[in-house]
Amino acid sequence: MTIDTNQLVKELLKGNRRAAARLMTLAESMSPEAHAAIKQLYPHTGSAHIIGVTGPPGSGKSTLVDKIIKEYRDQGKTVGVVAVDPSSPFTGGALLGDRIRMSRFSTDPGVFIRSMGSRGSLGGLAWATYDIVHILDALGKDIIIVETVGAGQAEVNIIQIAETIVLLSIPGLGDDIQTIKAGVMEIGDIFAINKADLDGADRRYAELEMALGLDRTSDGWEHPIIKVIATTGEGVEELVKAIQQHHEYLVTSGKIKQNQERRFCAQLETIVEHSFMRKLFVDPEERKLFQKLVQEVCERKTDPYTAAERLILQLIQPQDT
Amino acid sequence: MTESERKIRVLVAKPGLDGHDRGAKVVARALRDAGFEVIYTGLRQTPEQVAEAALQEDVDVIGLSILSGAHMRLFPEIMKLLKEKGIDDVLVIAGGIIPEEDIKPLKKMGIKAIFGPGTPTTEIVEYIRKKIR
Repeated sequence: MTIDTNQLVKELLKGNRRAAARLMTLAESMSPEAHAAIKQLYPHTGSAHIIGVTGPPGSGKSTLVDKIIKEYRDQGKTVGVVAVDPSSPFTGGALLGDRIRMSRFSTDPGVFIRSMGSRGSLGGLAWATYDIVHILDALGKDIIIVETVGAGQAEVNIIQIAETIVLLSIPGLGDDIQTIKAGVMEIGDIFAINKADLDGADRRYAELEMALGLDRTSDGWEHPIIKVIATTGEGVEELVKAIQQHHEYLVTSGKIKQNQERRFCAQLETIVEHSFMRKLFVDPEERKLFQKLVQEVCERKTDPYTAAERLILQLIQPQDT
Repeated sequence: MTESERKIRVLVAKPGLDGHDRGAKVVARALRDAGFEVIYTGLRQTPEQVAEAALQEDVDVIGLSILSGAHMRLFPEIMKLLKEKGIDDVLVIAGGIIPEEDIKPLKKMGIKAIFGPGTPTTEIVEYIRKKIR
């Protein structure tokens, strides 16, 4: 089947949701057509505010996203959502269940929701999440919300995509030591405590306040801590206000530029890394060399570093092996 | 695109007002274990919600699960909406409580297979694999 990507991009820019969905599938399969399409639609991106929502499994991310969509829709803004759930490391299969919480917006033409399996990517996102965000941006969505897989301590790749990150926590997950550990605790621009009606919410608030107290305003942005109850929507208005204030802060302080550099640097690195890996593992010739080197390392004829150098050299300056 | 990178995406949808989703969840889980990406919509979806979710998720397969008895009313509506949205290349299958005499008319309207109670999940997996590859 040949796919006319030019036509798809043209349709996408006219607002065609089916074309958008098709392009997303191409992007997920990392096909060269998809990359060609991203090249074409890239000039039409850059106007959306990209929000990341991350937090532990079961903390209420999807339910909260549903309420955030509602707030923005009430303001007349259009919203795109990318919701990532984990793929099986064994079968590659996935159960994508984030839509369930947002199904009231299924038929709202101002909202586009796409579910993704993480497909072997660690870090809380899928490789193609960047591309899906670009596609939603080109589709003209004002707000794009990226929901990560349930994040523990180290899934921080959302900083490579989102301008504003909402880190969700819930009462009862460990003590104050957990809140001063490195990793995911460092990436939040806004801290939300969901299920704030449960015991321990005040304690959680105090722990976060303590943890943040040390450098809460070090970069000129006072990281707010907001209690919410996602199921009822309590506190969500305040949360969305904080998200919008963070965006204003990025723009007025000029921090948006740093923010962009951080994001695009990471994206470029990922693309380059992937192009290399792809060449190595898809191209049969390179694959042969790779396997030969693995054998040589096994037999102690060479070491892993020398083998890696030879592979890289081969990719840059291909020669007969 | 290379075969290995093409993932089969399946929407498992529960149209209608019954709240019995155990079957849908068992099937969703089996399809997951078969290596498919399964998008579960949750309960009580309108035909419009099902069709739009299929569009946005760009699925290869839609599996409809229904136990309320309203299939002869809801399924034609879903098929009509899919057609209106230009989704003509998706495999639609169904399961649940569907009487024998309804199977023929349902197949006529484009629902390719109907899997009743007791169907081994492997049969559904094999069917999808055969049709989609």
